[in-house]
Amino acid sequence: MTAQQPPRLKNGIPLTVRSLSKSFGDLQVLKNLDLQVPAGQFIAVVGRSGCGKSTLLRLLAGLDQASGGELLAGNGTLADNRADTRLMFQDSRLLPWKKVIDNVGLGLGGNWRPQALEALEAVGLADKADKWPATLSGGQKQRVALARALIHKPRLLLLDEPLGALDALTRIEMQQLIESLWQQHGFTVLLVTHDVSEAVAVADRVILIEQGQIGLDLLVDVPRPRAHGSFQLGQLEAQVLNRVLANPANPERPEHLQPLPTQLRWAL
Amino acid sequence: MQSTQHALLLRLAPWFLPLLLLSAWQLAVSSGWLSSRILPAPSAVLQAGWQLLSSGEIWQHLGISTWRAFVGLAIGGGLGLVLGFVSGLSRWGERLLDSSVQMIRNVPHLALIPLVILWFGIDETAKIFLVALGTLFPIYLNTYHGIRNVDAGLVEMSRSYGLSGFSLFWQVILPGALPSILVGLRFALGFMWLTLIVAETISASAGIGYLAMNAREFLQTDVVVLAIVLYALLGKLADVAARLLERTWLRWHPAYQTRRADA
Repeated sequence: MTAQQPPRLKNGIPLTVRSLSKSFGDLQVLKNLDLQVPAGQFIAVVGRSGCGKSTLLRLLAGLDQASGGELLAGNGTLADNRADTRLMFQDSRLLPWKKVIDNVGLGLGGNWRPQALEALEAVGLADKADKWPATLSGGQKQRVALARALIHKPRLLLLDEPLGALDALTRIEMQQLIESLWQQHGFTVLLVTHDVSEAVAVADRVILIEQGQIGLDLLVDVPRPRAHGSFQLGQLEAQVLNRVLANPANPERPEHLQPLPTQLRWAL
Repeated sequence: MQSTQHALLLRLAPWFLPLLLLSAWQLAVSSGWLSSRILPAPSAVLQAGWQLLSSGEIWQHLGISTWRAFVGLAIGGGLGLVLGFVSGLSRWGERLLDSSVQMIRNVPHLALIPLVILWFGIDETAKIFLVALGTLFPIYLNTYHGIRNVDAGLVEMSRSYGLSGFSLFWQVILPGALPSILVGLRFALGFMWLTLIVAETISASAGIGYLAMNAREFLQTDVVVLAIVLYALLGKLADVAARLLERTWLRWHPAYQTRRADA
């Protein structure tokens, strides 16, 4: 496989997933999944709900432990590169009691304020630095969450349907923002999404997860900037959708990942 | 013009009924229909208040009662907060503490008065002990509940951004539990005054309760009513203070951002 890899994209982490498995009780969500992601690639992961795409992302982010297999980043394990990995959640998860700028600087020491302002500037929200998160719109919150991830200069950015809750126009703006920041910084991006057209519009490569394994691995060899609704993208989208619809849906099962609010995991 | 009159009317409307009741009360006493031995006229209560105020006696009683209340609250509330943190934050803390605290909570603390008098006699310690006992449980319960209901997603996010231990507690768990803790504080303030009223009427040589009991001996109903009014005012003052705390500490909360959206 030859992924597009312009020379400037050297900051990213090359990712290797080797026979990764994850079970919740009797239920095997990921079955010996193998995946190679070159440094700096923008890869989108699609699939039906419950196929294991979010589970893959949580394993990569270190939020859950794999039942088997290896996660490698370059020469070391991914766990050694935890500080270079940042995750953006579907809900922005801003701390409502911290001003926007303090949210961006979460977990940083020293004089981080100029940096945080810079990160906010990059997502176009420098003027909101001193607002409370509750006063922002959904799209603005996600942009703050993006700034919070970017300030750590991640080499691997994991996106868990970060645009799922946004309206169509805001989504497109956010896609373009993420794309341009990726081109600028050259990190590796793994975007989990249920929106196939979004996946082919922004990613270098789209993989489809079916029954815990990779069902389709598609290179999106379309030059950037890409025109929305172009014929080429439409064809690729149809190719993925046909494959998704050819297979019967899994029976819907309850979410396994979210702990009940009353069962907060022990904090200390 | 019409609208300003209307606004004025709206502002004054809540005061009509209390004023009507007060004047009916005043009229009933001054016409002799209601004996001042049963209920003194509002004017007499006001007069008694003025007398105590001008002699300076009232400050001494107010001071000692407030001191008892807040020392008791500091001890009981502080303990409740610490115990709530321990059982909210650690599995073992909860196992060891929670069921015991819940059991003791169900004992009405005022039922302990005879025992408390045996233990501490009738001096300050007994009163402070009772107030501390009365304020411990509401704060414990709401602290524990608040910590358990901190958004697990926020805790997960903060951990993935490298927060742990004290910084996680200080930046995420405590602010997340604060709304609930402040509800506990307001409950505790209610229990604080209630407990103090009972404790002071049993045995005291100073304080508002003493003022009331002493006045009863001499059939000074006006001072008795004054003492009741003073308790009500102190209770209201404590409530206002708690609201003020909520407004400063929870100013990030959407519920407190109705007017000054970007404050």
